[in-house]
Amino acid sequence: MGTSLAGQMVNLLAAFLLLVAFAMLSQRRVLSLVRLFAWQGAALAASTLLVAYSTGQNHLYYSAALAVALKVILIPWVLHRLIDRLDVRWDIETPINIPTTMLVGIALVIFAFALATPISEMSSTITRGTLGIALACVLLSFLMMIVRRKAIPQVIGFLAMENGLFFAATSATHGMPLVVELGVALDVLVGTFIFGIFFFHIREQFDSLDIRHMEKLKED
Amino acid sequence: MIPAPLAGALACVVIWFVLGGFSLVPAAGASFARRAAFPLGALAGLALAAFGLRAIWEPAASATLLLGLPGMPFHVRLDPLAGFFLFLLGAVSTAISISAAGYFRGETPGRLALIGLQYFVFLASMALVILADDAYLFMVAWETMALASYFLVTTDHQQSAIRGAGFLYLLIAHLGALAILLCFGILHGGRGDYTFAALSSAHLTPQWATVAFLLAFFGFGAKAGMIPLHAWLPEAHPAAPSPVSALMSGVMIKTAIYGMVRVIYDLIGGVRWEWGVIVLVIAAGTTLFGVLYALMQHDLKRLLAYHSVENIGIILLGLGMSMVFIGFGHPMAGALGLIAALYHTLNHAVFKGLLFLGAGSILHARGLRDLNDMGGLIRTMPKTALYFLVGALAISALPPLNGFVSEWLTFQVALQAPILGHSVVRSILPLFAATLALAGALTAMCFVKVYGIAFLGQPREPRHPVRDPHAHSGGDVGPMEQFGMAWLAAGCVVLGVFPVAMLTVLNRVAASLTGTGLSTDALASGWLWLVPTTPAQASYSPVIFLVVIVGVVLLTALLVHRFYHGRVRRSDPWDCGFPEQTPRMQDTADAFGQPIRHVFGPIYLMKRSLPGPDDASPRFVLKIEDRHWYWIYLPIARLADFVSARVALLQQGRISFYLLYSFLTLIALLVFVA
Repeated sequence: MGTSLAGQMVNLLAAFLLLVAFAMLSQRRVLSLVRLFAWQGAALAASTLLVAYSTGQNHLYYSAALAVALKVILIPWVLHRLIDRLDVRWDIETPINIPTTMLVGIALVIFAFALATPISEMSSTITRGTLGIALACVLLSFLMMIVRRKAIPQVIGFLAMENGLFFAATSATHGMPLVVELGVALDVLVGTFIFGIFFFHIREQFDSLDIRHMEKLKED
Repeated sequence: MIPAPLAGALACVVIWFVLGGFSLVPAAGASFARRAAFPLGALAGLALAAFGLRAIWEPAASATLLLGLPGMPFHVRLDPLAGFFLFLLGAVSTAISISAAGYFRGETPGRLALIGLQYFVFLASMALVILADDAYLFMVAWETMALASYFLVTTDHQQSAIRGAGFLYLLIAHLGALAILLCFGILHGGRGDYTFAALSSAHLTPQWATVAFLLAFFGFGAKAGMIPLHAWLPEAHPAAPSPVSALMSGVMIKTAIYGMVRVIYDLIGGVRWEWGVIVLVIAAGTTLFGVLYALMQHDLKRLLAYHSVENIGIILLGLGMSMVFIGFGHPMAGALGLIAALYHTLNHAVFKGLLFLGAGSILHARGLRDLNDMGGLIRTMPKTALYFLVGALAISALPPLNGFVSEWLTFQVALQAPILGHSVVRSILPLFAATLALAGALTAMCFVKVYGIAFLGQPREPRHPVRDPHAHSGGDVGPMEQFGMAWLAAGCVVLGVFPVAMLTVLNRVAASLTGTGLSTDALASGWLWLVPTTPAQASYSPVIFLVVIVGVVLLTALLVHRFYHGRVRRSDPWDCGFPEQTPRMQDTADAFGQPIRHVFGPIYLMKRSLPGPDDASPRFVLKIEDRHWYWIYLPIARLADFVSARVALLQQGRISFYLLYSFLTLIALLVFVA
């Protein structure tokens, strides 16, 4: 009974994760995006904890702790600081067509499920149904990077993509080896800092964080 | 325990690498390179030549080095063929290294350190190409050689023309390397390892063997400078400093001949006569093209570079005939063809090294490289003039010097044509011999032009101011450069007068590749007579020839002295009615080539601009261009431009688009894989 309850809880969290991904896709305010990102991280940590509890894989507890520390606390805090320092707290992205983006997103989710079904049938883990959701999260985050014009939402999209990958790893195969996860977590952290530095440079150069200005860099 | 010649050869390679490394050491490096590195390098070259020569008489030795990738160590092997080419490399590089010690004396320390490094890495990598016994080490050494020579070519990289020449060289060198790599890939065929022993045991279908042959032929041909892949050679050789030109023209393009012989005879094996015909056709074209364009040049180093193209053609003619004979089942004639080709390889290395060193001496001592600025150099540079004369006679294939011996041997191979079974091949083989005869005559004309205009006559005032600050020494070049030329000039004479000794050496090399050497008749005729087949058919004795020439000259001199009483009357020559004469009124290099330009008009692409009748300062400009540029190179360049412009449309400049590309790729891959 315990495993099936845990399995259902994981499925619930997976659904929440997908919902947050859609919310991020439609969210125009930068500050809310960071909050959504933190929620996604929290859901991820909770699902990892559940998988760890139900399967008895001890190293997943560390993964969960790592997810909380990084994705719920440290990276949102860094992003908040960045937004404050760059003074873009009230920035709103206007020129995106939300309904079309959402429709493309739904198509992507269907595609992801179609793709994941044959794979998850081969799997025997309790959470095998969530692979499609994880893949959908990755694709939706990618879509978000494509449609956004400002630098910070793009970076959040990139970080959310990593969340999707992390979820795929924990749910489908009970996590990668801890060393790999530690490495990936460190990469994400370093990446965030590097992006932060780049933001300042981009703004110094173009007086804006709008990446349209970078089209000038094209070589003719 | 590695046998002595192989260990010695490897030691020489290591010494060269160490010398190159020492040259780069800050502070001490430059003065080390200036004083000691080049003479020490020359000693290593001499040792290498000795080891190579000894290896020809010993059974093949191989060893595995403690270098390379894990599970893929470097293999080296020294057999007679490798020994012969090591001998060539060592003997010629000895002279060039000594000459380089003098030539580079005045360089600034920074440049000298770099030149020292590149020069010795270049030498060592050439030796490794010859020693390599697996495709892996071969390609590593081959590419090292290309890169080292590229940096040597672009020593004066401040000039954009030299950068362009370097780029062209690098481009064609890489095309060739790619073809060679593919050839090794075919021979490997996904089985076994990459040692030459494994590659040569591969069983190929005739089609795949032909593909492998074509790849090897064009891959090595690109490095050798055969048409239509020759375009880099007349650009890169003049751009490099003269000792480097000598090394590239004398030795480096011979490593391509080595590669060709090694891959076609040894690795692919089962030589077919059709391959020989392909080689012959390209070789004949290369020979004629090279000499005809050489006649049109007035830049001395460029002219010599075109002669390198011509001589590669002559070597390939011998090689092609050898392949035809072997393909038809006449290994004895095939061995003779191979001997002729290898002999000419050695001869060309010696006399072309000598001629490039001579051109370098003129450049170094006078700052001149345009023939139309030279004149009367025999009076100010008598030693250089003497050595250059020897080289010029040798390349013109005049007996008793070495060029004659190898070209005569090539003719003798062509005269074996009646033994062939195929009537068409039997009748076209003499045509290739005729091509060789024509090329020989034109070469002689070309060197009459070079020697007459550069060394004889009156000095012309240079139209271009002298750039080289070390020029203007007033007299001849220093003793080191003279020694380098004297060494090679002696080589021309020895190889020409005592060809039988070399023939027995080459006979062993050819026997190791074809399984059969020359007939016993040919070898039994003693040191005096060079007999390629049987004494009844043909024989040549350079010693007797030399004795007769010297005798006739002495006799004539004696008679003239006797009957003319040594009365000398000095007066002005007839001035054709012109009271005022300047050295500029002498025949120029371009004027000398005019009859040939007229006769072979359709071959050249000439662009003339004639001055108008009322032009106050008339100028006549004639540019001769290589048709290959318009037929092959420029269309390919335009195609590449066109395709790149289409591909560049992908570069939108917007990050969203780039992300979209990866996104679509990801989706496509997921669909494709799932």
